[in-house]
Amino acid sequence: MNKYDVVIIGGGVVGTAIARELSRYHLAIALLEKETELAFGVSKSNSGIIHPGTQHTPGSLKGKLCVQGNALTKKLARELYIDFKEVGELIVAFNEEELMRLLQLKKDGQALGVPGLKMVDRSWLRKHEPNLSDKAFAALYAPTAGIISPYRWVYDFAENAKANGVEIHTETKVEKILPAQPRFEITTSKGEFSSRYIVNASGLHADDVSRMVGVADFKITPRKGQEFLLDKKREHITNHLLFPLPSKASKGILVTRTSDGNPMIGPTAEDVDDKEDLSTTEAGLDKVLEGAKKLVPSIDGNDIIAYFAGLRPVAGDDFLIRHEDRVSGFVNVAGIQSPGLTAAPAIALMVAEILKRRGLELKRKLIFHKHRKPERHLFAIPLDDAKRLIKKDANYGDIVCRCEMVSAKEVRDAIARGARTMDGIKFRTRAQAGRCHGSFCTTRLMKILSEETKTPLVGVTKRCKGSEIVKKDRTSGQ
Amino acid sequence: MIKRLVCIECPQSCILSVDIENCKIKTITGEKCPKGKAYAIAETENPVRILTATVLSEGLGLKIVPVRTDKPIPKKELFRAMEEIRRLRIKRPVKAGDVVADNFLGLGAKLVATREALDIKGR
Amino acid sequence: MVNRELVVVGGGPAGMAAAISARENGVKDILLLERDQYLGGLLNQCVHTGFGIDYFKEILTGPEYADRFIKKIKPLSGIEISLRSFVVRLAKDRTLTYLKPGGIHTVNAKALIMATGCREKTREMVHIPGTRPAGVFSAGLAQKLINIEGLLPGKEVVIIGSGDIGLIMARRFTLEGAKVKAIIEIQERSRGLLRNMVQCVEDFDIPVYFNHKVLKICGADRVEKVIVAKAGEDLKETPGTSFEIACDTVLLSVGLIPENELIEMAGVAIDKATNSPISKEVNVTSIPGIFVCGNSYKVYDYVDSVTVDSELAGKLAAEYIKKAR
Repeated sequence: MNKYDVVIIGGGVVGTAIARELSRYHLAIALLEKETELAFGVSKSNSGIIHPGTQHTPGSLKGKLCVQGNALTKKLARELYIDFKEVGELIVAFNEEELMRLLQLKKDGQALGVPGLKMVDRSWLRKHEPNLSDKAFAALYAPTAGIISPYRWVYDFAENAKANGVEIHTETKVEKILPAQPRFEITTSKGEFSSRYIVNASGLHADDVSRMVGVADFKITPRKGQEFLLDKKREHITNHLLFPLPSKASKGILVTRTSDGNPMIGPTAEDVDDKEDLSTTEAGLDKVLEGAKKLVPSIDGNDIIAYFAGLRPVAGDDFLIRHEDRVSGFVNVAGIQSPGLTAAPAIALMVAEILKRRGLELKRKLIFHKHRKPERHLFAIPLDDAKRLIKKDANYGDIVCRCEMVSAKEVRDAIARGARTMDGIKFRTRAQAGRCHGSFCTTRLMKILSEETKTPLVGVTKRCKGSEIVKKDRTSGQ
Repeated sequence: MIKRLVCIECPQSCILSVDIENCKIKTITGEKCPKGKAYAIAETENPVRILTATVLSEGLGLKIVPVRTDKPIPKKELFRAMEEIRRLRIKRPVKAGDVVADNFLGLGAKLVATREALDIKGR
Repeated sequence: MVNRELVVVGGGPAGMAAAISARENGVKDILLLERDQYLGGLLNQCVHTGFGIDYFKEILTGPEYADRFIKKIKPLSGIEISLRSFVVRLAKDRTLTYLKPGGIHTVNAKALIMATGCREKTREMVHIPGTRPAGVFSAGLAQKLINIEGLLPGKEVVIIGSGDIGLIMARRFTLEGAKVKAIIEIQERSRGLLRNMVQCVEDFDIPVYFNHKVLKICGADRVEKVIVAKAGEDLKETPGTSFEIACDTVLLSVGLIPENELIEMAGVAIDKATNSPISKEVNVTSIPGIFVCGNSYKVYDYVDSVTVDSELAGKLAAEYIKKAR
């Protein structure tokens, strides 16, 4: 059995950010993820917003780690070569009463250290957000809001962590944990792991994993959020991320943008019972359209080209990040709902600090590869650069996905970096995420995946075993 | 007894009325061309269909070759025909129209390739 | 940058007919760009009959129809066929940029004929709620998987939409040994040809539910069932009429959208509702010298009509080039 200093349970943005942070030090680290690929849990449904830290109560972990995380994300985005756009956000008030609440939000934000907050009036809004409803009264402008691709963020952390020695184990589900001294004995679907410390960052199942060591004083309630993507043709419908005033349950129905260019509307906020319930509903669509139109009246149901649902792992009002004194060496990182994506790098620092205080020696490596080798996406670079790429490697000119202009080379690169499924390819390259949703590229992608992973075509899956794309292959008799 | 049929010979899809007495056709009305009459007779006495499908190849540039029966075959033989088609392999280059199986299943029709399939080298 | 007299984008029935027609009308320098490794376009996967009844007065399969034009176009001098050529950019001045394995090429055309066909409406565009399991396909993708790749997408199929593509695939799946459990059509009658209702549905006793809609697609990793209900005249669910159909595959045959993103990029006026170019005359667009033909101009029911339409476009382009000389 392999012995580790730290085992991180959960391969979402929190787990991988922690892995990357800890990989600076001389530690044997393993990250365990139960799905076929990283980010396939909560993180893949994230809206991708890097929040400035408004809308949180001063003194809350959420507020503090969000503001810290916002600044860290900017810095790390450069180190890890990910596209991060600082677009700014506007929390919009429609009347006097809402304006009062905005002013309070501004105060709270300033107390938390959110930089650059300022109130803007009708004429500013008319000039800078022409499609915003003219019923908008005023807004709170937070310049440090940004957008990032949530799952690519996970891959980037993971890739860099791996390059710095972290072992990443997918399809590895934790089944039992024995807090035997001096090491935890972790039984998983792929064998045994032995570790001095455990960081539980397992999202929706954080309470289940915590219960395995006898800590059962919190419960994860899945709170569903349905999101709807608009056609890229409407890319410039807003210049900033638009928020209404928040409610107790959520930040409200937003009109935002994704890092890939599609505007997005949503999310809803509905508590559900089933940790696997990712269904979208007609009622959800109606609610989101209603909320979105309030901010941007010209939004139409016909603009919607995709939709999905995610589940926020809610454990009360704030993050639950603590060392469990009754189970020495076990750190819970639970209830990481919004602003979890933003806070992730700050959470990583906090967890490192907790582990240090609990006796984990953090000795810095002499050689830490802080940069990542960026991948090349034809759709993201100017044509002259694309020309040079194709001259270097002809396979860049072999277009597989026509809606998003993804080449065969990029698809093979994605597989080399860890994609094992059709969804994995989609999240890394955007192939199948365009307007035809894979009608054109599916056959070619299946063939490339089959070739590169040496899997028969009938074994190629959407995201896991049981989600195979086709049932029979005449040419191989399978 | 009047039976109503939709003629499938062309996209016009004429609605035919066939008057049947003692299992014999008395009259046919509703057709706009001779194919319609022929279809009504066939459909009543022995319905036939053109079968189109695909056959696996061996050693050719196209791994699957589309085929058709050159004449309609009895409707009741369609699934048996599909079983036979699954057993066939096209091993030499074919052009559109080339016969893949003569007197297919003994039904008096030929199975014919509908697309060109050259060998691996493009011949 | 290379200058050509005529560039045709698309090597399916529309592009081939347009190029041949332009050649016959005197254009001697034609570049035809096709993104696949074969000519024929979608006809290659349409292995069924129903093509050429008007144009050739014969009953042909899709590949046979394509073959007629491939045989005609290949020996023509003056038409350069460039396969695996994918147009990525189009500018107002008729400059195209295309990718081919090994290079990016730019070409400026005196006249341009766009023959880029259609794409299918997806599940997302018709807003079917539920989960996102494997097993949901557009009918065209299922057709390609079966007819070009020899892969069977599923064993128990529910088809949404009774247009011709849906009906044809109902038969195709059945012949390949799958069970088509139902065709769900929201309107009161089939949108496809009556003959297809006979030879694709009635022949195989496939249940068709008119005035019904799919409320939800269910299944965690793979489709497990659909929830169906009666739909009223307002196309909304009639309460109390829902029922389940167990299945592992859902096929969508719910409409086609002309593929015109390239000309939109160039600034051609496009009708937002249909995605077709807005034009005063057939095949002409708001930018002189840019012509559109076939399904990317207007969704046609028969390929024979596509051919006639594209021949006209070829002639118009030839006239345009003559005037510009």
